[in-house]
Amino acid sequence: MNTRIYVLRFPKEVIDQPIICNLVKKFDIEFNILKATILMQQEGVMVLEFSGHKANVKKGIKYLEEMGVKVRSLAGNIRRDDEKCYQCGACTGICPTGALHIVRPEMAVAFDPDKCTACGLCVAVCPARAMEVSLNGDIDLAA
Amino acid sequence: MKEYKVQKTYDEINARIRAGEAVVVTAEEMVPIVKKHGPVEAARRVDVVTTGTFSPMCSSGAIINFGHSNPTIKGHRVWFNNVPAYAGIAAVDVYLGATEPTEDDPLNKVFPGEFRYGGGHVIEDLVAGKRVHLKVIGYGTDCYPAKLLEKEVTLAELPYALLLNPRNCYQNYNCAINLSDRTVHCYMGTLKPKGRNATYCSAGELSPLMNDPYYLTIGMGTKIFLGGGIGYVTWHGTQHNPNALRAENGTTRRAAGTLMVQGDLKQMSSRWLKGVSMQGYGSSMAVGIGIPIPVLNEEIAGYTGVSDAEIFTQIVDYSYDYSHAVARNYGEVSYAQLKSGEIEVNGQTVPTAPLSSVVRAREIAETLKEWICRREFTLEKPIKLLPGVS
Repeated sequence: MNTRIYVLRFPKEVIDQPIICNLVKKFDIEFNILKATILMQQEGVMVLEFSGHKANVKKGIKYLEEMGVKVRSLAGNIRRDDEKCYQCGACTGICPTGALHIVRPEMAVAFDPDKCTACGLCVAVCPARAMEVSLNGDIDLAA
Repeated sequence: MKEYKVQKTYDEINARIRAGEAVVVTAEEMVPIVKKHGPVEAARRVDVVTTGTFSPMCSSGAIINFGHSNPTIKGHRVWFNNVPAYAGIAAVDVYLGATEPTEDDPLNKVFPGEFRYGGGHVIEDLVAGKRVHLKVIGYGTDCYPAKLLEKEVTLAELPYALLLNPRNCYQNYNCAINLSDRTVHCYMGTLKPKGRNATYCSAGELSPLMNDPYYLTIGMGTKIFLGGGIGYVTWHGTQHNPNALRAENGTTRRAAGTLMVQGDLKQMSSRWLKGVSMQGYGSSMAVGIGIPIPVLNEEIAGYTGVSDAEIFTQIVDYSYDYSHAVARNYGEVSYAQLKSGEIEVNGQTVPTAPLSSVVRAREIAETLKEWICRREFTLEKPIKLLPGVS
C-alpha cells in the first residue's frame, strides 16, 4: 500500500464531472478528503490522501491529469522558515497529525512534511510566523 | 552570617576567569555534578553556572532618541513603521513598547486577530539593520517650530537606543489549560476546549531565577547576556513577588520574582530579540537572557543543581479562572512532566506544548559559558540585591 497526500486543482470546465468517483471505481484507490474548497475563479481545490497499490495510484494520477486536473504532491507546498523558527514548540500543541513534534530529550522542534495535511492551524499559532502553507505559493490554505 | 565550608568572592572568581582557570558549566550540566558529588564538592569544583531563557516577554521595549532636526520638532505623536511610540518624555525621546500594535491593525475585530506586526517587530527590524519609517508630528513651539518630520532611519543612525524591559525573566509561570467548551486564544497560545491541551512557559532548570531562587547573587548591577549583547539587571521587575509559594528546595511553585533589565540596543542581535504574534492576544517580543551565577558557596551550588523534576508549577484555567482572578488551580506538575509531553489533569491525559524555547535557552547558557571561558566576560557584584522573602 502506498499512502501520499496530493493537492488537486480542478479547472472550472470539469467541476461537474464525477472524477473522484471514477478514481475509486476504475483504479481501486482509497481516498480521504482533507480539505476541499472552491476559489474565486470557480476553480476547485482538494487536498486528498490516496492509499492504494503504487501502480494503481500512478494510473489514477495519470487519469486525473488526462481529465485536466493539476496534481501535485503536497510536501513541496509546506515550508518552515528555519531562520524565523526559534524552536519553542507552540505549534506542537495544535498540530493534529504530529508533523510538528518535539524531539526529546533535546526539546528540538522537528517538522515532518510527509505527515502534514496542510490544515494550516500552525500558521497563525506560530508566534514567529515561521510556517508557510500554500498551494502555489500564492494561495493561503489557512484562510 | 551562615558558616560555609566553601567560600569564594566575586574577586577570586573574576581572577580565575582572567587567568583562564575558571570552571564554568551550564545549569543543565550542573545538575548531575551536584547529584553525584553533593553541593560542597560541587562548590569546590565549579566557579560559575550559566543560565538562559528565550521566550516571549511582554513588558519589553526601547527608549529611543531620534535626534534633532532642522527646523527642530517636539515629538507629540511618533510612529516607527506605523507603530506608535510614547512621546511624552521629551522633545525627541520616545519609548517604543513591544506590545504596541500597528496604528491600523484590525486587532480582534475579527477574532482571533493575527497581530502580525507591532513594537517588538520594529525593535527586531532595527536590530537587524533594516530601514524603519519614522513619522513625527509636533504642535509647534517657538523653540520647536516644525510640525511634521518623516524619514527612513536605521539603528546606526539613531543617536541613542536603549533596550529597557521593565519586567522580564519571570521566576516560574502558570501551566495554562482551558476547561470551557470553546477555544481560547490568549498570551499562553491556543488552548483547545475541554482541557485537550496545555501550554507552559519557562526554561525550567535552565531558567535564571530558578537557579538563584532567593536572589543571593542576582541584583542591581548584575551583568548579563541580553538580546545577544551585554546588559544589566537594573531593578526588580514590575510584579516582583518574592513571597510566592515555595518548595523545600527554594524554587517557587507560582510566578514570583521578575527582573528589570537594560542594555545598549546597538550591540544586540535580531537572533535574540524577535517580534512575536500571539493569535487573539497581540504582538510581543521574544527576548534572550542569560545570567551567570557565581558559585560563592555550597548553598548556591545546591540551588544551581536543581533539576526539572524538582521544579513545580500550578495548572490554571484560562477560560474563566485567570481572567476573573479566581485563585484556583487544577494541581501542580513538574517541568520534567511538562517536558515529557503529557500531564494528567482531573484524571485525564493532556498533551503539553511549550512556549519557551529550551533549544535557544541552552544556546544562551552555552554562549555565556564560552564568553567567560574566553575571558571576554567577567562577573559584576550587585550593588543591591533584589527584594527577598519578607
